[in-house]
Amino acid sequence: MLYKSLSSFPVFELERDYDKCIVCGCCVQQCTYDATYYLPYAKKVITDEHKCVGCKRCEAMCPTGAIKVRAVSNEFKHNAYWDARTIRDIYKQADQGGVILTGGGNDRRFRVYWDHLLIDACQVTNPSIDPLREPMELRTFLGRKPDALKIEYDENGEPDLKTELYPNLVAEVPVIFAPMSYGALNLNMHKAMAAAADAMGTYWNTGEGSLHRDLYKYGHCTIVQVASGRFGVSAEYLKVAAAVEIKIGQGAKPGIGGHLPGEKVDEEISKTRMIPVGSDALSPAPHHDIYSIEDLRQLIYAIKEATNYEKPVSVKIAAVHNVAAIASGIARAGADIIVLDGFRGGTGASPAIVRDYVGIPVEIAIAVVDQRLRDEGIRNWVSIIAAGGIRNSADVIKAIALGADGVYIGTAALLAVGCTLCHKCYTGKCAWGITTNDPYIANRLNPEIAAERLINLLKGWAHEMKEMLGLMGINAIESLKGNRLRLRAVGLTKEEMDILGVLPAGEGL
Amino acid sequence: MNHRIKRVYPIEENCMGCRLCEVACAIEHSEFKDPIMTFFNGKPQSFTTVEVDRNFSFSLNCRHCDEPYCVEACITGAMHKEPDGRVIVYEDICVGCYMCVVSCPWGAVNPKEGAKKAAKCDLCPDRELPACVQACPNRALVFDTTEELVFELPEEEEEPFVEG
Repeated sequence: MLYKSLSSFPVFELERDYDKCIVCGCCVQQCTYDATYYLPYAKKVITDEHKCVGCKRCEAMCPTGAIKVRAVSNEFKHNAYWDARTIRDIYKQADQGGVILTGGGNDRRFRVYWDHLLIDACQVTNPSIDPLREPMELRTFLGRKPDALKIEYDENGEPDLKTELYPNLVAEVPVIFAPMSYGALNLNMHKAMAAAADAMGTYWNTGEGSLHRDLYKYGHCTIVQVASGRFGVSAEYLKVAAAVEIKIGQGAKPGIGGHLPGEKVDEEISKTRMIPVGSDALSPAPHHDIYSIEDLRQLIYAIKEATNYEKPVSVKIAAVHNVAAIASGIARAGADIIVLDGFRGGTGASPAIVRDYVGIPVEIAIAVVDQRLRDEGIRNWVSIIAAGGIRNSADVIKAIALGADGVYIGTAALLAVGCTLCHKCYTGKCAWGITTNDPYIANRLNPEIAAERLINLLKGWAHEMKEMLGLMGINAIESLKGNRLRLRAVGLTKEEMDILGVLPAGEGL
Repeated sequence: MNHRIKRVYPIEENCMGCRLCEVACAIEHSEFKDPIMTFFNGKPQSFTTVEVDRNFSFSLNCRHCDEPYCVEACITGAMHKEPDGRVIVYEDICVGCYMCVVSCPWGAVNPKEGAKKAAKCDLCPDRELPACVQACPNRALVFDTTEELVFELPEEEEEPFVEG
């Protein structure tokens, strides 16, 4: 505790098996938090546990498996109310008087509604489908659909569609890479997401940090974001994209803006975001030109005008208490896609208190928004994308059955390339090379390998989703959309089931 | 040049300096083939070296030059360019004069740990991929064929003659 304050109780303990340590120095070199160092006189590697953040990079890289990183076992005297994190946070704030920052998504123990929903399957009276033998379609169209189709037949009896269709995104898998900005992530991760989206026929989202010049070639599978900071928004940026997204809020930090520290703004980020090198990139909390649905409509139509009405415009909001009414307003404002970001959504940096206690679960948000739009008869005006805490293919299926059209995956995509959810993204020292802009540490994320891993993840999920559709006797994901009868709830209250619109397990049709 | 050969090439922008290639090389060329045994009981020696200079690193190993200086310098013919293009040491006739060690511009030939012989990369003849390439977690080493490789030493600058 020398020169350290109360707040420095270590969170992790590092167990190093000296019978196995070959002193190769790999862990010393890989630790970006300077927690591990070499003692030349003893020819030994030791760890300063006060600095360890538990990212497990050393454990993963150790060639002999000599390292184990564990949460400390003797934290504080056991207390079910004042848990160790609360105690530490109070010590930390008493030391420094600041806002406690964190990264990643909400890790508190709130009810996970996904885990209370079960999927139906076919037995005897209705046949299931074998997806390996029969075609199974995951293709999803995102954007506004016409109210009705007018078809005329010419003299030869050939049909001709008279209705003008709205621009739609066509995703071969209804899983899109979530908006994570260049600056929060480094360029290698952006390259990997773009390449993976291109290969899988789906989309990736730039986040608010604009699109690097090198990635303009992936424009056809890119959703570009226009956020309150308007970083790097130019005519070319809007034109190169497949769709434009207006970011109003983020699930991890609803109602607050963003802050990319000036130290992270290097030459490339400065060019891409169109701000001076070393200046803080501040996203205001609100859009200063949007104070109402009418204002939002102006921006949506300004973007549509700028892109010649050729691209769908999406609006991303955090799932908050009044989400259904807000979504209805957004649909009426002319948006083609609404993104609902639940409170489990991740972030590069957010006050821990906001991340942990603001917003509502995305499961609830999908259900209420879908229901509201259906009640108002405008569900076909917009597609709904669910974001924030989609963990596996079953979550995707459940989200779609609850009423979403597609999902965003952010945390899952980062996990696929090595993230261990240490929640230290805001330090800019990510030992896995994902959220750091230090070019040398960023080398750890080889875009080629990362893209392969993302493709593998999407392929795996797509396979599983086809299996699940098959067992439900459905051969296209469109048929599952909003089909809440294929879900049953266990362990939920009557009100929760009413809101989710699902029946309790045991109740038939 | 008909002995075009696959070589191990470093890619600097993928290298993160973890030195796992060195560990893998040492294990592969030890009698034990086991990490713990190699480093505690054996004489670990790696033929690839990760050069780290602050924010830059790469793994340097034998280039298996088309006109190798070490072969030229060898007094017994122990250092030999094989027909398949590899440059290897025949240890039974190596007398340990280390002329190869001093002649290699890359520092890729070294005295063997615990013996008076030269030792260098042999491209792991028993493996499909050299151990270092397989061990690299970030594909910073590739095993590939390229055009012929003849290195020229940089000419030493002559000191300008100053009168007086």
